Amino acid sequence: MIKMAKKKIYKIGDYPGLTGWTVFFFAYLYMPMIVLVVYSFNESRRAQIWKGFSLDWYVKAFSNDDIQSAALNSLIVAVIATVFATVISTLAALALARGRQFRGQAAVTGLISLPLVVPEIATAVATLSFFAVIGFKLGLVSIIIAHTVFCIPFAFLPIRARLQGMDDAYEQAASDLYANDWQTFRYVTLPLMMPGVVAGAMLAFIISIDDFIITLMVSGAGSTTLPLYIYGMIRQGITPEVNVISTVMLVLSIIFITVYWFVSKKAEETG
Amino acid sequence: MELPRRNPVTRRWLALSPAIVVVSIFMILPMIILLVFSFMEADPYGGVDPGFTTEAYVQILYERDFDDLLIFDPVYLNIIGRSVLLALLATIGCLVLGLPVAYFIARQSSRTQSLLLYLITIPFWTNLLVRTYAWILLLSSDGVIEQPLKFLGVIDESLDMMYTNGAVAVGLIYSYLPLMVLPIYASLEKLDFRLIEAAHDLYADRFRVARYVIFPLAAPGIVAGCILVLVPSLGAFIAPDLLGGGKKLMLGSLIQVQFASARNWPFGSAVAICLLALVMMMLMYQARIASKRRRETGD
Repeated sequence: MIKMAKKKIYKIGDYPGLTGWTVFFFAYLYMPMIVLVVYSFNESRRAQIWKGFSLDWYVKAFSNDDIQSAALNSLIVAVIATVFATVISTLAALALARGRQFRGQAAVTGLISLPLVVPEIATAVATLSFFAVIGFKLGLVSIIIAHTVFCIPFAFLPIRARLQGMDDAYEQAASDLYANDWQTFRYVTLPLMMPGVVAGAMLAFIISIDDFIITLMVSGAGSTTLPLYIYGMIRQGITPEVNVISTVMLVLSIIFITVYWFVSKKAEETG
Repeated sequence: MELPRRNPVTRRWLALSPAIVVVSIFMILPMIILLVFSFMEADPYGGVDPGFTTEAYVQILYERDFDDLLIFDPVYLNIIGRSVLLALLATIGCLVLGLPVAYFIARQSSRTQSLLLYLITIPFWTNLLVRTYAWILLLSSDGVIEQPLKFLGVIDESLDMMYTNGAVAVGLIYSYLPLMVLPIYASLEKLDFRLIEAAHDLYADRFRVARYVIFPLAAPGIVAGCILVLVPSLGAFIAPDLLGGGKKLMLGSLIQVQFASARNWPFGSAVAICLLALVMMMLMYQARIASKRRRETGD
């Protein structure tokens, strides 16, 4: 019996090395990103050899015309695709999460989520084939269309989650107080669902800004986006400029996802 | 402003129609076109020529010699095999790395849990191309890993880590790791820790607790995580392209090359259809397991 008691010193459910393993895990997850950020301040011409601290490559990268126009293209595509995807998703989420269950509800939800389950490369070549068949000229417009479709599920899921978590008593109270459907929507439903809409729009924006493979297949001359430009630079051999733009993209995504995190948390608390 | 007075059913379908129309035209229709392309003849200048043929699918397995005889040619089968193998390797790697971490997170206070989850989701939402590129800085000869090793005299020669299957696997694991941890965490989070205590009280040792209590409870999350990692790994383009140097072709790169430089659209379409079929099979398998589990547990 004494032996048995001795064996149970460890905390119940604890395993040796679990904390160490978790530390290793996070090191693996973050080391590459930290290296990238550190090396963006490298003075050396050769991207992976450290020579000294310098901001020169930031100056060079920001004054590069090609990078500026690529960034502008990325921004135009992301903003327009986000607006379309968010409006479409909001309407769909309202129809699916409010009111009674209906025939075909699962089918419609599946259809909207389809871009999530199809491998991106298949979506990319299928979309390219589609544009080839209808004779559509590849460029910014084709990228915007492809991104809108791809962003719909990312905008849809947070909006629907928000609506599902909302008590519809407020809406019922509004109708009891003689608000018409539009007034109920405008002054009750919309403000309540807004955190979800903002969260959905932010996810759609990040997904669009970051997308590479679909953009690669449906872009044309003069519609290079930032990821495409980075890819081209990596292929030509790595320079410190790549580190700089990559770092900027990384930091932007992290800022965005952090804001998203707080918005959705707040939504949880108030919902 | 007044919404048109329509009955709720009409209004519902009106609200759904933009989503349905957009996804049908720009997602479903392109998939159908891809299927049709895979049965057409290749145009040497890119695109397709009319005429029904199964040549593209035959090409995956055979090569035609000068007498028009079919000879078994394992080149593409090798690529498919390598993709499946590397994707499985990446999935197992993610599982081994992620399962203990998911368990660790599930045992923390809710504040710590939330912080750790935030740290896991960050890499997932940052640019995949940029994150994979960072591995070039680490793995390349004279890179961040080799330099200190050389300085300390551990190695003299370059380790030649780039452009290997190992590099691709590391890149794939890195790309999709959050997709493994999050679903496993989701099933473990609901774990009632009294079950573990009960098992201990009944003299189960730690490994029996892991085997007979934690593992079965984590199983739905493990299945979901494995599929979430396996599916994008199979069609991955960036990791094999940047870290495999285009020599270690995987399905994703093979498809991309057919549409971009090789200009054999029907063949590329056929490979894409095969990839889609593989993915659909896996998703159906997961759906079956999930519904079986629901029936068993009755919720």
